Order: sequence, then C-alpha cells, then structure tokens
Amino acid sequence: MAERVSAIVTIVNQLGLHGRPAMSFVDTASAYHASVTVCKGETRVDGKSVMEMMLLAATKGTELEVCAEGDDAQACLDELVKLVGRGFDEE
Amino acid sequence: MKLSEIVVERAVVPELQATDRDGVIEELVGSLVEAGAASETDRPVLIERLLAREQKSSTGFGRGVAVPHAKHASVSGISVAIGVSRGGVDFASLDKQPVYSVFLLLSPEDQPDAHLTAMEAIFRHLSKDTFRRALRQTTNVDEIKTLLVEVDAQNLGG
Repeated sequence: MAERVSAIVTIVNQLGLHGRPAMSFVDTASAYHASVTVCKGETRVDGKSVMEMMLLAATKGTELEVCAEGDDAQACLDELVKLVGRGFDEE
Repeated sequence: MKLSEIVVERAVVPELQATDRDGVIEELVGSLVEAGAASETDRPVLIERLLAREQKSSTGFGRGVAVPHAKHASVSGISVAIGVSRGGVDFASLDKQPVYSVFLLLSPEDQPDAHLTAMEAIFRHLSKDTFRRALRQTTNVDEIKTLLVEVDAQNLGG
C-alpha cells in the first residue's frame, strides 16, 4: 500500500519561497514518484507545480506542511525537508 | 494585495511590439520608465538584472505566461507592467511553449515579503485558465484594467 507521510517545515531563507527556491523544490519533488502537496493554512498546492507553489507566498518564518504519498514518499519527504532546512542553499 | 493596485496603468501594453524575450523585457521596462515608475537613469541596470535573472532560470513558468522580476534599491514601490503578445514569444519556458502574457515585476530591494505577496497576487490570477484566456482576448488597456478589477473582486469572495 502507498505510504503517506508529512512534516512541518519552516522557511528559513531571508527572501522566502520565491521563484528559484520554488523551482528547486519542484525539481526535487519531481524526481520521485510520490505525489507532493504543500499546505499553508487552508491553501493547498501541488508541490510539483512552480506556479502553484508561488501561491503560498511563503515568507521567511512561514510554516508549511509538506505531504508525500506514494511508494517512495519517505525518501522524497526527507529530501524536501532537508532542502527547506538548508534555506534552498541560498545563504 | 490586489493586482489592480500594483499594475501601473500606463505600463499596460495590449500588443507588444517586441517578438523576442529580451525585446519584451526592454519594451516593458521602457513603459514603466515612461509611466514614471522607474527612472530613466536606472533603465539599463533594471534590464540587465531582469535578463540576468532569466539566464539563471526562466520565469516562463509554463501555460503561456512569464513573470520576469527584479529588485532594485531605486525602485520606490512594487510596480507591475503587463504585456500581451499576439504572436507568442520564446521565453525558454519550463514547458517549452511560447509566452503570450508577460507580467514584469519591479520591487524595492528591502521588501522581500512584499515582493512575495506581489508574486502571489500575480500567480493567483495567472494560474486560472479563465483569466489567461480572457487576458488574451482583450484588445486595449481599458479592457485589461476592467478585467483586473473584476478578478480582484472575485477573489475577495473566496
């Protein structure tokens, strides 16, 4: 059965989740089979769509819930949590 | 943040003359300069920054839209120019499709949060098929302004 995992992450880089970090996130997520959704409050978007990720307007300090579902969900989630935690390697 | 409040009316170009990416960026920056939203002195550096950003990774995020953007200390407030291309422009988009709607955003250097909120306002509309289609059907500045006010009003409802 498909695995479903989730984690809360906090945006730590100064500029927040702007275009380039959103693209790194989508690139990372897209390397896995798992479906990825990201939630900020009631806003829920596809973690594999840059355009949808921009709708989060996630500034520095924003908490997001990342959910992955699929056979490689845990590995996918781990990489995404690391990416956000490193501030998308920006600073 | 409402889109109609950050779009500079005199920088709305219903029919872009330029047919390539660099030309579109120059044309829209020119319209912002003429509208007084950016200074003539800064024109070259703004164009340079916008193009450098495109070279890092395209802001053609797919579905026929591109959102070139730059921050600069001389920009006094969030300003958006809109350009509609009738023939489509190669923006090296993620989905490799031509771009018909360009939203060019200039932000002050020291307001990253406002910059993200402006991007959110732009994408909230651009991610909707109906908005993209309606925008491509407009023929003049007034129609575009009316469209922006309408979609802003719809968003207040939900």
